[in-house]
Amino acid sequence: MNHHYQALDNRPLFTPFFLTMVAIAALGVVFLSIRFVSGIGSVTNLNGGYAWGIWVVYDIVVGTALGCGGYALAVTVYLFNKGKYHPLIRPALATSLLGYGFAAFGAFVDMGRYWNAYNMFLPWQVNPHSVMLEVGLCVATYILVLVIEFSPTVLEWLRKQTGWQIQADAWRSRLDKALFFFIALGILLPTMHQSSLGSFLIAMGWKVHPLWQTLHIQPLLAVLSAFTMGFAIVIFEGSLLTTGFKRHPETHLFSGLGRIIMGLIAAFLVIRFAYLAVAGKLGALFAFDLGSLMFWIETALFAYPLVVLASPRARENGKQLLYAAVSMILAGSLYRFDAFLVTFNPGTGYSYFPALPEVIVTVSMIAAEIALFLFIVKTFPVLPREDHAAA
Amino acid sequence: MKKNPDVAIDDPTDFSAVERRLGVSRRTFLKFCTGIAASFGLGTNAAMAMAKAIADPMRPPVIWLHGQECTGPTESLLRSEQPSFEHLILDLISLDYHQTLDAGAGHRVEEIKREAMQKYKGKYLLVVEGAIPLAQNGIFCKIGGQTMMDATREAAEGAAAIVAFGSCASWGGVQSASPNPTGATGAPQFLKDKAVVTIPGCPPNPANFLGTVLYFVTYGKLPPIDEKGRPKWAYGRLIHENCYRRPHFDAGRFATQFGDEGHRQGWCLYKLGCKGPETYNNCPSLEYNNVGGGVWPIGVGHPCFGCSEQGTGFNKPMFSLAEVKTHTPPNVFPSISDRQNPTSSTIVAAAAVAGAAVGALLGATVATGKKLDGKQETGQSGDKGA
Repeated sequence: MNHHYQALDNRPLFTPFFLTMVAIAALGVVFLSIRFVSGIGSVTNLNGGYAWGIWVVYDIVVGTALGCGGYALAVTVYLFNKGKYHPLIRPALATSLLGYGFAAFGAFVDMGRYWNAYNMFLPWQVNPHSVMLEVGLCVATYILVLVIEFSPTVLEWLRKQTGWQIQADAWRSRLDKALFFFIALGILLPTMHQSSLGSFLIAMGWKVHPLWQTLHIQPLLAVLSAFTMGFAIVIFEGSLLTTGFKRHPETHLFSGLGRIIMGLIAAFLVIRFAYLAVAGKLGALFAFDLGSLMFWIETALFAYPLVVLASPRARENGKQLLYAAVSMILAGSLYRFDAFLVTFNPGTGYSYFPALPEVIVTVSMIAAEIALFLFIVKTFPVLPREDHAAA
Repeated sequence: MKKNPDVAIDDPTDFSAVERRLGVSRRTFLKFCTGIAASFGLGTNAAMAMAKAIADPMRPPVIWLHGQECTGPTESLLRSEQPSFEHLILDLISLDYHQTLDAGAGHRVEEIKREAMQKYKGKYLLVVEGAIPLAQNGIFCKIGGQTMMDATREAAEGAAAIVAFGSCASWGGVQSASPNPTGATGAPQFLKDKAVVTIPGCPPNPANFLGTVLYFVTYGKLPPIDEKGRPKWAYGRLIHENCYRRPHFDAGRFATQFGDEGHRQGWCLYKLGCKGPETYNNCPSLEYNNVGGGVWPIGVGHPCFGCSEQGTGFNKPMFSLAEVKTHTPPNVFPSISDRQNPTSSTIVAAAAVAGAAVGALLGATVATGKKLDGKQETGQSGDKGA
């Protein structure tokens, strides 16, 4: 059987850090209960102009992009046949599963009339031309695909439990026959809904700031930045695991990812600036208002990895790779926040800043993700075996 | 239908012959065809196909029968304000027999009808307008001494396709409501062995008829229909589903009396007996008479009366609650306030928490970076040793 992965089950789960995360998550549950008892208006600052606050923009738009690690690595490993990155795929899938799972949960929580949500799955109730429907169905399907992609890990754990070996092996052999299909779906579906997240901005029309309203280029920019964020989160998470669990660094793998990130960012920036030039919007870059300021901060964050990773020495350096990855994560997140919230203009009179409970719920969801991730790597064989990774 | 070689169109986008024949500009003509194709959910290719089918001077013959009715469908067809609409409908088809539009009268017209039916046997389109009375062998409706029953059966024999136009022809209409002394019935119920396309409505939307006929002219067959014979493109959805007052229904804002606050605000008319939740039609998207501006019953503030739905229009009391086929409104609704600005005084705290979260991310990054730096040196030397 597969001995390339190991669970960190010799480490205690209930560390002070883990318990802190659980406590923060519990705080979120308190505010969510208020949300479900007194309605969404009682805990958020959402209004008629800003129907989408940070719950949608962080949990779904940014959250799924951060959950693209599984997608980005699946494309690299299976589509481009770069087998050497295989040791990274299980932690990436675990992160994707958590990221998408919480995105779906966030969407449900953010729905004013969540009790109507099931209609999305009834073909005679839907509008097949809707971008929202595409995202909703596609994300829902992808979560199922992620569960299936992740299930070999759970089955490996199961066969070690007494009395379950035969069943686990039977399921594993059944799964192996069909897994290629789900891996293909796992590449197709995120390509679809990540680009649709960009299409949202097309549908929002003039409400989106001219510097972010790139119309038919939106889906391409969205999917490119989601890709880079996926790779960046793999590096970020890997670095934290390395120091947190005192494991061997995976820098030799990350430097390859760094090269891919550079190419993707370069393409993103070239396409974005080319579009602004063709659309005659370059002047807006020097308006020195909120929009142009945010744009330059974003561009600086996008450019940082490009500049730093240009030197091969920096690409071999774990710290530089981590800084580049975090810069990329911030750039991609800010790109989404700016377009959907910061420079978003729904018309005169409306303004929005998240309420305290909104921020706490979002922070608590991140804490819950971290706690669940720790639980997963300490229970299931997710991380590559030390001797294997170092070899 | 064969193309007439004398007027074969070499350039597929040349509609100058149509311009001359119909007296409309090419632009108006193509806009009309595109609009019809779009209401089918078809693309521009279909619009061009329809345009070419209309441009073809060879038109399908049509026999048009009237039974028990008020001629509402024909009236609505003729009164539509679409540019040259009646021009198109009269030039699109060869209307060989139509009891209210024929210039001629008497037995000569009946003769022409029989001749046309003989000549175009198996090729003509039969349009039935009005109900067919079956009681006492159909003596309640006679044309030229022939009962509507016999006229319909005779014309249906050689018809290429049959269209029942209006609620009366589709399911019996007003005269079929209880006690129905004349035994009025619709064409599909009478012609049980024939496929009948129904365009119900009282009066029906002319666009639904024209679209169906255009489809027939273009593709030589009738469009997809539901179990009641209605074209799915027009009658596939409940009025309730596409109604622009629907958000008020979902939010629990109802007009409860004519002229009350809710009625003046344009709220949902469900509690005034609107039958939109049980009536299948495309009124909300097409509106009526091509004048726009919300001209259709619900648009002008009157509850839908269900005129096109069998068992609803003329059968259920006008102000009784409709049977909601999708979702019944819940008993408790969340309150809705259109606030514009965040009223919460916790914004500073919110910003602080958000800042702390981002700070934690950056702090963790720097700390990890430092550790990695140290590790890289020891790690590399370790690797060398191993």
